[in-house]
Amino acid sequence: MLILDQLWIILALPLLGSAINGIFGLWLGSRWSNSTVNTVGVGSVGLSFLCVLEAVREFLQVPADQIPVFHDYFTWMIAGPFRAGFALQVDQLSVVMLLIVTGVGLLVHIFSVGYMAHEGGYYRFFSYLNLFVFFMLTLVLGANLLVTFVGWEGVGLCSYLLIGFWFLKKSAADAGKKAFITTRIGDMGFMVGILLVFATFNTVDYRGIFSTLAQRNVPVETHLGVITAICLLLFAGAIGKSAQLPLYVWLPDAMEGPTPVSALIHAATMVTAGVYMVARMNPLYARSPIAMLVVAIIGGVTAFYAATIGIAQTDIKKVLAYSTVSQLGYMFLACGVGAYSAGIFHLMTHAFFKGLLFLASGSVIHAMGGEQDMLKMGGLRKKIPVTFWTMLIGTIAIAGIPPFAGFFSKDQILFAAWAGPYANKPLYLLGICAAAITSFYMFRLIFLTFFGEPRYDEHHVHVHESPWSMLGPLCILALLSTVGGWFAAPTLWGGEDAFGKFLSPVFAQAAALAPVTEEASHSLELQFSAIAVAVGLIGLLVAWWLYVKNPDLPARIAKSLGGLYTLVYNKYFVDEIYGALIVTPLLWISTNVLWHVVDEGMIDGAVNGAADVAQAAGGEARKLQSGYTRSYATWVIIGAVGFSAVLYGLLRMKQ
Amino acid sequence: MSVVPVSYYLALSAFLFGLGVIAFVFKRNIITIFMAIELMLNAVNLAFVAFARAHSQLDGLVFVFFVIVVAAAEAAVGLAIVLALAHTRQSLNVDRVNLLKF
Repeated sequence: MLILDQLWIILALPLLGSAINGIFGLWLGSRWSNSTVNTVGVGSVGLSFLCVLEAVREFLQVPADQIPVFHDYFTWMIAGPFRAGFALQVDQLSVVMLLIVTGVGLLVHIFSVGYMAHEGGYYRFFSYLNLFVFFMLTLVLGANLLVTFVGWEGVGLCSYLLIGFWFLKKSAADAGKKAFITTRIGDMGFMVGILLVFATFNTVDYRGIFSTLAQRNVPVETHLGVITAICLLLFAGAIGKSAQLPLYVWLPDAMEGPTPVSALIHAATMVTAGVYMVARMNPLYARSPIAMLVVAIIGGVTAFYAATIGIAQTDIKKVLAYSTVSQLGYMFLACGVGAYSAGIFHLMTHAFFKGLLFLASGSVIHAMGGEQDMLKMGGLRKKIPVTFWTMLIGTIAIAGIPPFAGFFSKDQILFAAWAGPYANKPLYLLGICAAAITSFYMFRLIFLTFFGEPRYDEHHVHVHESPWSMLGPLCILALLSTVGGWFAAPTLWGGEDAFGKFLSPVFAQAAALAPVTEEASHSLELQFSAIAVAVGLIGLLVAWWLYVKNPDLPARIAKSLGGLYTLVYNKYFVDEIYGALIVTPLLWISTNVLWHVVDEGMIDGAVNGAADVAQAAGGEARKLQSGYTRSYATWVIIGAVGFSAVLYGLLRMKQ
Repeated sequence: MSVVPVSYYLALSAFLFGLGVIAFVFKRNIITIFMAIELMLNAVNLAFVAFARAHSQLDGLVFVFFVIVVAAAEAAVGLAIVLALAHTRQSLNVDRVNLLKF
C-alpha cells in the first residue's frame, strides 16, 4: 500500500515538475537547456504514471468494502456547519481516469519533445503542460465537489494558457479568452450546483452525498425538484467544459494552441471532465429522469450537429475539433440513457484514438512546415508512411469499424440508446446518422491529406517524416486504438465486458434505480452491430467515391447546394449569431452604460467631487495665510477671545 | 494699613495686557512690537503675583520666574532676528516681511 496510502505523491510530482521548469526557466533563461526541461517535464509525468501503475496494482488487492480508498489530508475551509477538507479518493472510476490522464499525458509529453523542439518558450510550454496534468489529477482524485472544482478551474486556466501559448498572435490570444469566458458561463451553474448540494445534503463529500441518498432511500424524482435542479446546474458546468450545445463554440477555436495541447487537453482529457463528473454523480442523475433526458438530448443533438459541421471544414485540426465535440456528445448520450460504463468506455477509447489523430495531424502539420489546410496537401501517403498508417488506424477506430476500439464503445452506446433502460429511439437515429457522417468526414480527411495528387508546391515544401520521439507515441496510441476495445468486448463477441464489470460498483445505485428491462437478445445486438458497421462503411465508400474516384465532384456538389453549403461551411454562423445577440449588446452596455455613465459619471464623479470640494475649501482657507505678522496676531487674539468666551460660558453653565 | 484688594492688581494687569495687545497689532516697527510682547508678559506676571499673594501660595511666584526666564531667552532670539532683519531689509517694518504666504 505504498502509493495508495500516499495518494498526494501522484499529484505532487507534476506540480513539482511544473514549478521547477517554470522557476528555473524564467530565472536562468537559455542556460536552462531544453534537455533539462525534457528531463524534468517528461520525467515528472513519467514518475507520476509509474506511481499510478503501482497504485492500480495495489488498488486491485483492496477488499471491496474498503473502496473508495479515502484520505482526508487537512481541513481546507470551515464555516459553521460547512466543512471541506483537501481529501482525495480512489475508486474504479478514478483508476480509469488516472490511467488515461497520466498515460496519454506521458505520450503527449514525449511527442511534444519533438514537436516543440524549435519553439521559443520551451520551458513555459512544459511547465504549463505539467501544471495541467496536476490539475487534471486533482479533478479526478478529489473526494469532494470542491476539490474537484479546484481541478476543474485549474485545467481551465491551463487550457487558457496553452491555447494562448503563441500569445503574440492575436487569434491565439483571443481564442484563449474565448475558451476561458465561455466555459465560465457553465462554471457559474456548476458553482450554484455545489451550493445547492451543500444546502440539500449538508456536505460536499461524494461519500457523504451518496450514502445519504442510499440511507434515506431517496425516491426517483418524476417531477421538477431539488435533485433535478442540482443535476441540471452541474450539467451546465459540464456543457461548458465538455463543449456541448450551446457552449461548444470555444473548442474549435482552441485549435489555435500547439497541436499536442489539442491532443491532450482538447481531446483526450480536459474536455471529458464533464462526462467524468456526470458519471461520478450518477446516484443523483439516476434519481432524476428529467435531467437524464436533458443530458441525452443535448448529447445526441450535439453529436449529430457537430458532425455535420465537420463535413465542410478544410482545416485538418478544425475537422478533428468538431469531431471531438461530436464524440463528447456520444459520451453524454451514453450517460443520459443510463449506460455510464459505456460512456466512460467511449471516453477511454476516444482518448486513445482522438489523441492519436491529433498527434498524427500534428505530425502532418510538422511535415508540411506548418500548413493546416487540407486543400493544400494531398499525396502524403508515401512520404510520411508511419504517420499515414497510424492516422489510418485512428480513423478506422473512430469510424466504428471492427475490431478497432471505437466500434465497441460506440456500438455499446448506440445499443443502449435503442434498448437500454432509458431507451430513446429518436436519439438512436440521430446517433447512427452522426456515426455515418463521422466516418465520412474522417475518411474525407484521410483521402484529402494522404491520397491523390500533391496540391502543394513541391519545390518549397520539403515533406519529411517526423522524429521518433513523435512517431513513438503515435505507434503506442495506434496499438491502444486497435486493441483498446477488447477490454469491454461484450459477450456477443466472446468477451465478458470486463470494463463494465470493473466499473459496476461505481454505478451500483444507478443500476438499482434503473427501470427493469429484459435482457436484449444476442441476435438483436448482432443486428445493431451490423447496422453500425454498415453506416461506417457507407461513410467510407462515399468519401472514397467523392474524394478519390471523382475528385472534381465535391466542388460541383458544393456549388449546387449553394446556401446549404455556405451555411455548413460557416458553421451555421453560430459565432456570428452569438456575436450579434450576446457579445455586441454586452459590449454596448458595458461601454455606454457601465463605463461612460456608471464608472465615469457616478463612481469617478463621486470621488472627483469630494476632491473638488476639499480643494475649493482649501483654496479659500489658504488666503488666511497672508504673510503679515500683524494679521496673524489679530487671528490669535480673536481666537483667544473666542476661547475665553466659550470657557466663560461653560463655567457659567456649570454654576 | 489697609490692604489693596486683588481686583485692583488684576485691573492694572488687564489694562497693561490690553495696551500690549493694541501695540502689538497696530505698530509696524518690530522693536516696538517686541516691547509690546514684553509688556504683555509682565502684565501676566503681575496677575500671577497678585493671585499668589491673595491665596498665600508660592505656585504663582514660581511661575513668574519661569516667565522671566522665557522672556529673557525670547529677547535674545528676538533681538538676533531683529538684527538679521535690519541687515537684509534695511528696515524694521514687519509688513515688509511677508514672503511666507499662500
